[in-house]
Amino acid sequence: MPPALYMCIAEPDFLNRAKRPNRTNSPTMNIDKKITDDLVANDISFVTTVPCKQLAGVIAEIDQREDIYHIPSNKEDEGMGLCAGAWMGGKRPAIIMQNTAIGVTINTLATLIQFYRMPLPMLISYRGELREPVACQVEMAVHTKALLAQLNIPTYHFHHQSDVEELDTILKYTFMCNKPVAILTDASFWGGYGDQ
Amino acid sequence: MIRSEILKEIAPILRDQLVVCNIGIPSQELHAIDDQPTNFYMLGTMGLASSIGLGLALSQPKPVIVIDGDGSVLTNLGTLPTIANNVADNYILLIVDNGSYGSTGDQPTYAGQKTSLAKMAEAAGCERVIECQAEDTGRVLQEALDSKQMTIIVAKCESGNAKMPVITMDPVVIRDRFMKAVQA
Repeated sequence: MPPALYMCIAEPDFLNRAKRPNRTNSPTMNIDKKITDDLVANDISFVTTVPCKQLAGVIAEIDQREDIYHIPSNKEDEGMGLCAGAWMGGKRPAIIMQNTAIGVTINTLATLIQFYRMPLPMLISYRGELREPVACQVEMAVHTKALLAQLNIPTYHFHHQSDVEELDTILKYTFMCNKPVAILTDASFWGGYGDQ
Repeated sequence: MIRSEILKEIAPILRDQLVVCNIGIPSQELHAIDDQPTNFYMLGTMGLASSIGLGLALSQPKPVIVIDGDGSVLTNLGTLPTIANNVADNYILLIVDNGSYGSTGDQPTYAGQKTSLAKMAEAAGCERVIECQAEDTGRVLQEALDSKQMTIIVAKCESGNAKMPVITMDPVVIRDRFMKAVQA
């Protein structure tokens, strides 16, 4: 199975976030900083990432925080292994990845994270939703919630920017119940793809 | 020498250390030879022992020894660059390289043919990589512990498995007693 990152590679150049300095809907809220602040406030100090353009800002924010050890992984199941080890070593982990990764990680979610009862917040860019310009992304988007439901993974969908207000509570919930928990963040949440 | 003979020989070295052990027969053999609360047995998820061990080593100061196999490392080859670029000097990856998928009927792996895992680890950027013969594994492992440097060991051995019972311990029990041993 190819890594989920493949889906991100062939995007048109207009998706490049670096060209959009004003990426947030609200002039008062920096969403990347808000997410990172919530991670730190919940004592999450070990974060692995597999990139998606939609997540570029939050990954950059995490990378510069001294409170967080940022360890990029080459594939999302590898990242979940790193998180499992970090948690057993006494650190609270999180993984940041694209929804195509659900296709990559089902075995790891079932036989490692769930079987050994480990907490794992998964901040997921939900590609293939409204405003998506790349048709192939829709092919995994239509399976994403069904697969998460099949795995009995608590799933939250951030569509409006204000939905981020619930992140802190979701993180507390994750470490209360020792389960993987999915937070799907779609293009509308991130403020679209720049020209739409 | 086959894998179980290596494990018997290095069991006294492993006993006092945190050990993450690969899925299948390797975990069954280690469990039968010398079960310890400091052993984390993988009951599933082929390929991730090295990743779990790295996350563990980066998160606490005690030495971590990962017992992996050539087939499992080939399954998760992306682990080698991640290990190389996130140096944890309390991390030892011991790849028991018998050139076969032992748990599934000893089908040959590419590591037993043209592919060198030691060279791949070096190419990935790992700085202390040692390939040894099975008989030297104990000495090389002890030297790695003494060196206090991140070390990748590729121990070349013969293909074959000892007949050991399946681990029936509950995974949450394995994980819980392991976490208590980490904190002890």
